[in-house]
Amino acid sequence: MSHERCAVIGIGQTKYSAKRGDVSMPGLLREAAQKALADAGLGWKDIDAVVIGKAPDMFEGVVQPELFLAGALGAVGKPMMRVHTAGSVGGSTAIVASHLVSSGVHKRVLTVAYEKQSESNAMWALSQRFPFQPPVAAGAGGYFAPIIRAYMRRTDAPDHIGMKVVVKDRTNALKNPLAHIHDPEISIEKVRATPMLWDPIRYGETCPSSDGACAMIFSSDGSEVANPAWVLSTAMRSEPMLFPGRDEVSPRAGRDCATSAYKDAGITPADIDCAEIYVPFSWYEPMWLENLHLFENGWRAVDEGKTELDGELPINMSGGVLSSNPIGASGMIRFAEAARQVRGTAEAHQVDGAKIAMGHAYGGGSQFFSMWIVGKERP
Amino acid sequence: MALRDVHIAGFAQLPNSHDLDDYDEAEMVQEITERALADAGLRREDVGFTCSGSNDYVMGRPFSFTMAIDGLGAWPPIRESHVEMDGAWAMYEAYVRLQHGDVDVALVYCFGKSSLGSVDKVHTYELDPYSLAPLQVDPHSLAAMQARMLLEQGLITEAELAHIACRARRDGNKNPNAPHSDEADADALLAQPYVREPLRAHDLPTRTDGAACIVLRVGGGGPRIRGIAHIMDQHQPGSRDLTDAVSARQALEAAGGADGVTVAELHAPYTTQVAVLKRAMGLDDEVAINPSGGAIPACTPMVAGLVRIGEAAMAVRHGAPAAIGHATSGSLLQHNLVCVLEAE
Amino acid sequence: MTTVELVSPFVLEYAYKRSTGPVIGRFLTALRAGRIEGVRTATGRVLCPPVEYDPETGEDIVDFVEVGPEGTVTTWTWVAEPEPGQPLSEPFAYALVKLDGADTAMLHALKCGKDALVTGMRVRAVFAAERSGMITDLAYFQPADLPAPELVPVPAEHPVTRFKAPVHAEYTVAAGATTAEFLRGILRKELNGRRCPSCDKIYIPPRGSCPLCGVRTSEVVPLAQKGTVTTFSIIRIPFEGQVLEPPYAAAHVLLDGADVPLLHIVGDCDVDDVRMGMRVEAVWVEDLQPTLASVRYFRPIDEPDATYESFKEHV
Ligand SMILES: [Zn+2]
Repeated sequence: MSHERCAVIGIGQTKYSAKRGDVSMPGLLREAAQKALADAGLGWKDIDAVVIGKAPDMFEGVVQPELFLAGALGAVGKPMMRVHTAGSVGGSTAIVASHLVSSGVHKRVLTVAYEKQSESNAMWALSQRFPFQPPVAAGAGGYFAPIIRAYMRRTDAPDHIGMKVVVKDRTNALKNPLAHIHDPEISIEKVRATPMLWDPIRYGETCPSSDGACAMIFSSDGSEVANPAWVLSTAMRSEPMLFPGRDEVSPRAGRDCATSAYKDAGITPADIDCAEIYVPFSWYEPMWLENLHLFENGWRAVDEGKTELDGELPINMSGGVLSSNPIGASGMIRFAEAARQVRGTAEAHQVDGAKIAMGHAYGGGSQFFSMWIVGKERP
Repeated sequence: MALRDVHIAGFAQLPNSHDLDDYDEAEMVQEITERALADAGLRREDVGFTCSGSNDYVMGRPFSFTMAIDGLGAWPPIRESHVEMDGAWAMYEAYVRLQHGDVDVALVYCFGKSSLGSVDKVHTYELDPYSLAPLQVDPHSLAAMQARMLLEQGLITEAELAHIACRARRDGNKNPNAPHSDEADADALLAQPYVREPLRAHDLPTRTDGAACIVLRVGGGGPRIRGIAHIMDQHQPGSRDLTDAVSARQALEAAGGADGVTVAELHAPYTTQVAVLKRAMGLDDEVAINPSGGAIPACTPMVAGLVRIGEAAMAVRHGAPAAIGHATSGSLLQHNLVCVLEAE
Repeated sequence: MTTVELVSPFVLEYAYKRSTGPVIGRFLTALRAGRIEGVRTATGRVLCPPVEYDPETGEDIVDFVEVGPEGTVTTWTWVAEPEPGQPLSEPFAYALVKLDGADTAMLHALKCGKDALVTGMRVRAVFAAERSGMITDLAYFQPADLPAPELVPVPAEHPVTRFKAPVHAEYTVAAGATTAEFLRGILRKELNGRRCPSCDKIYIPPRGSCPLCGVRTSEVVPLAQKGTVTTFSIIRIPFEGQVLEPPYAAAHVLLDGADVPLLHIVGDCDVDDVRMGMRVEAVWVEDLQPTLASVRYFRPIDEPDATYESFKEHV
């Protein structure tokens, strides 16, 4: 895309946990937004527009929540939008907000994605028996388990790969004070001992259900801070959920999205120093490594430790979705953590010398993809 | 950076009707997108970006929009996004997307069904979940409180509201995409009982089902977008001036103003809100308000706003030098979007 | 267009657990005690109901201010026939009430004879006898000149931090013409797909629009009741609203002749015996209903497993 530039100048995240019973919904969003403003050295009045994103309204039982959240985000008298693209929403919300800047329409934009899952029960919301539909719905895990099984069959991947991903991500999470899950005793044996929920997915290989919010501030010239992250490219792709011959393991929408993101950033996958990718079930790390053209054989890369924090291509340095999952925010956290890496502000989970990083999110039946590439150097 | 000129190349809507039971989401979307593309003389392959608007609570299930993309022929995979808002905001996103220079055609669509359930009930859950939603304040009650302020401050009379209703019904009955309303003169309407004092049935929206699609194109002719902008106002009805719509006025200014405008399609579900918007935007009697009948005879959730823009585009196509398409979201005109269209 | 006969009620309801945070929590704690508190912004405005921020600027609020319990009605409407869930079951008014000491008006119920209602009237808050820390602890307003019922004390517990917020919406769902046609077939123990006129692929359940081509489909194609398990999962987790008892096998069943798998259940065998390539057939329930659940499950049949090569395009 040829366009004006867009820089990430502020990032704020809440502490993620199963239940943020100490805050209201506006309080949760403000916690992230105010941290992002402070990071950028800006106040509410410096913001031109606000874009929020979250998963279905049924998770909190508030319809079109941008209406009641407007005042809490300093959006009164400004444009405000609400994006909803299923699980990829955190990523696409960031993209929609960045486009308000890169199009030249606005100078500074605040974006916030959130979920307060403790207000309800995600399994309930996802498993409602709508009339005239088949009765096998069993939440996201019930949908993805057969696809994981197909990947294992297709690639002859050994059973321990998924558990190895969990151990890596949750070890990384120990370096991230905001992560929901902090388990210093995490080990393959410990994951193996957890019950099978949706065979072949063990409890220990699934993401938690979290409360939390993530915010970013975009600017057209990045001059507000010394270390902006520059948006080198954004990409979104969608495909139908079910059609003959669909590759559900490695959907073409994901492959096309990645190809487009690399091309528009003027890079090849080899130029990427680290990536935050959307892995709600452990097996999705090797699956996406292949889908995103990062490794030809995803499970071998995992097995050989190439995706560890000190590996050839660190993946999910923050602990990933497996360690924190406020659904609607999970995609934006990936994007924000990629930006933190190139800004050099990722603290204990910083990858030394990271110059180019990738953020990735997906949703629906692996149908909706959003990605961005961010860089340390101004393009 | 100068913004690229974007035109409304095509528009289509399913007739706003009391029920579209026969159609599922994908079928609605398949039909309107096919018709709007035909109207624009374009094919599915020409579309570079697709954006839609819909609401899960209106449709009764989470992720209801994901079914809709089965109507698009989204193969090979497409660039696509969705807002949980009226389609007018999806059009805003698409307009911004077209500014980047890499794609020139955008497809915008939206759908909603009132017949599935109580849209009025769903609206109560968009109110503040701490102080308002537990009180289950229905939208007609909210509109009635706004109406009383207008009446008691002498900004409108009940007779004027009845005239707005008569005209909306008459114009709606000329619009093949609006359901039939019984026509009656203003005196007969005023003899009817209040539904929510001081509002009578004729002041209230007719809830309908529908779907609409607009094709945006950089260059290529057709009504040109002078500007499109939207502004949010405060949420609590007790903390803003309900007799005005400041955010609608600000959005109009940001969209390039009303110079030369002869037609305004206003997304006002209540007669009172036609009056509020007209005054807030400074539209004089030379401007034809809602020649389609507007949102009183046909109010489809998530669709009525985009339809206003589409109707404004049709007015320009048929000779108006410039026209306003307006969309609103939330209670009592909390969030307003204005698109000003002009002939080339 | 065909006439639709298949219509079903559907209720979406859940009692959400709202955590209040410190500001709303303090407001609700005060209501439970029979007092009303507003908040003051940096510009000196007093907001009631309170929020954590100045809605005009986004800045944090400064402090709390006791307001009311009397106030002035700024506008109102009459609800002659209250709906379930609204604050009063007898006819009442909704009103905006600017409480004494506040700069914004609060929306609530007003219990008052209709003839006495007038904008500008003075009203007083009446608290519910039982109060749990919700906006409805303030039961309603009433004319200020009427004697106020005595405040029933409630035990002073810890501060309010959460409350239950039920959401209840009722729907009437129509199957849609394409699905209705499919479900009428089920009542005849038929599994009918639809063929796309453009790509020739056969979908089951049928699609009115081909997801690949974006064109309408119309040709109905009867399909075999036998098929192949292409992939599956064993559901071992219980969850709210679950229809089947875990463990059970949720499988992708590719019916012979179809181009997309049907998501269904494999039964009549040990869940551990379910495998990719397994051949299965539909087992119908006795009492056929217009739902895919009329196929109770698919059960194994005595045929050799399909080879992975034969169905790998479908996984
Ligand atoms: Zn086809």
